[in-house]
Amino acid sequence: MDAVTTFGQNLLGPVWLPVWTLVKIVCILVPLILGVAYLTFIERKVIGYMQVRIGPNRVGPAGLLQPFADVLKLLLKEVIVPTGANKYLFFIAPVLSIAPAVAAWAVIPFAPQAVLANVNAGLLYLLAMTSIGVYGVILAGWASNSKYAFLGALRSAAQIVSYEIAMGFALVGVLMAANSLNLTDIVRGQEGGILHWYAWPLLPLFVVYVVAGIAETNRHPFDVAEGESEIVAGFHVEYSGVAFAVFFLAEYMNMFLIAALAATMFMGGWSAPFPFLNNVAGGLLGDGFLWLAIKLSFVIFIFLWVRATFPRYRYDQIMRLGWKVFIPVTLVWIVFIGAMMQTRFAWLFH
Amino acid sequence: MFETLVFWAFAAILVFAGFRVITTRNPVQAALWLVLCFFTASAIWLLLRAEFLAIALVLVYVGAVMVLFLFVVMMLDINFDDLRAQFRSYVPLAGAVGVLVLLEMAVVLIGDGLGTVGIAPAPQGPTNTQALGLVLYTEYLYPFELAAVILLVAIIAAIALTHRRRKETRYQDPGVQVKARAKDRVRLVNVASEPVAPPPAPPEPVAAAASPQPQPPR
Repeated sequence: MDAVTTFGQNLLGPVWLPVWTLVKIVCILVPLILGVAYLTFIERKVIGYMQVRIGPNRVGPAGLLQPFADVLKLLLKEVIVPTGANKYLFFIAPVLSIAPAVAAWAVIPFAPQAVLANVNAGLLYLLAMTSIGVYGVILAGWASNSKYAFLGALRSAAQIVSYEIAMGFALVGVLMAANSLNLTDIVRGQEGGILHWYAWPLLPLFVVYVVAGIAETNRHPFDVAEGESEIVAGFHVEYSGVAFAVFFLAEYMNMFLIAALAATMFMGGWSAPFPFLNNVAGGLLGDGFLWLAIKLSFVIFIFLWVRATFPRYRYDQIMRLGWKVFIPVTLVWIVFIGAMMQTRFAWLFH
Repeated sequence: MFETLVFWAFAAILVFAGFRVITTRNPVQAALWLVLCFFTASAIWLLLRAEFLAIALVLVYVGAVMVLFLFVVMMLDINFDDLRAQFRSYVPLAGAVGVLVLLEMAVVLIGDGLGTVGIAPAPQGPTNTQALGLVLYTEYLYPFELAAVILLVAIIAAIALTHRRRKETRYQDPGVQVKARAKDRVRLVNVASEPVAPPPAPPEPVAAAASPQPQPPR
């Protein structure tokens, strides 16, 4: 890795840094987009088997080329702009929904040294990025000039704003345990095996975080923003073709993001669950990436599992859960951690 | 050098976006220009290495406050021409306020007779956030607590003023709902089977030929 850096610096001089950063961005984005493509396939397969079906199995061997068929179909479809729609905002909305989902990946550490931007306020940056994703949804609903889209947008905005608070408080707990906002430091604080994971001392916050994450990404059973039986497809009902594909991509990318964050902040990130497993496979990035991928997949699987299991929440139930259950639980646990850290049991919470 | 260039670019965007906030006709678009303003301001703060404040600005103002603004503005059915009708009558007052603000800024930026001028030194500490927290919870603890109490009072007052139980709305009691069990709602009854009636006589052959044959499922 060092050889590449010196070679590049000799070749390009001051231009090397932007070029190298771009290369890193591509290295993060391409696997991510491929992952999203196959997540749609895996989701259909997993839910299919849970419902005693087979799922897609026609395109390619065992249906493995299905995502590409889907992408091709969406790319070739016409993008229809509804009458009376605000044309600029109509096309800006999908971009606004995917940009934060992608930008947030800048601070996720994949392995001890593999992080695009090792910023000190990484946790805050993540909170900021996830909180502006709601603009895409709201603008899509408003610019479409359709009542179903608008209803979906309003529901989604209310839901995301409510669950963000609980999510933020859950992250405050992580901050207290790790004593740092830097994600690499947070992972380092959990090194040394499964017993050192923050998931144990912060168990209520971990549960709140994962459930709030499902709500933030508008996934089932919190998908009243789409609610196909009530408001057709919610905020993206008027979108077709590529514009719809971008919304779809953003939703799945957000799922990956929430899963990666849950893995990083509560499940030890790139460190192995048992210390002796830290250097087994080796490879380009060491074992770190592999462990992160396994943990991330586990959280994603929970997302799919939940989707196949639970019926959709009613809107007032969603609001009650967010405001009257999650926020008090997180608040109480934060105060509890703070109090315990002043006693001789403080080591339990670090 | 590069930093100055970036600053001027952001400053230009900020001024332009601020200008559009007050000139654009559509309130939703005005709110969006304001969002751009906040974003650019946060970028400028990042140039000053005030990372905590910059990200907090995006988190609080862009992520929460402006979302609620948009939420409200979208719901309002505003006639834009009505809004513009009294534009001229406000010009003198608005102009006076504008000139006052301009003068104040000029005094702060140009003259140095009014005490400290310019950028305060960056807070000392390992990171921005820690430095801020340290100052906030030691030196400025009482003002901080006071601000917190004022905010709390404002929240409670807002809720108390707007929250009322509407008679025509039907409410759910979550406690009762959670306690509901399947046996409260569904009763399974064992019905004694009755003797099977003899099958009906086959229809006339002509009618049978006329009726379409059921297709086997493909």
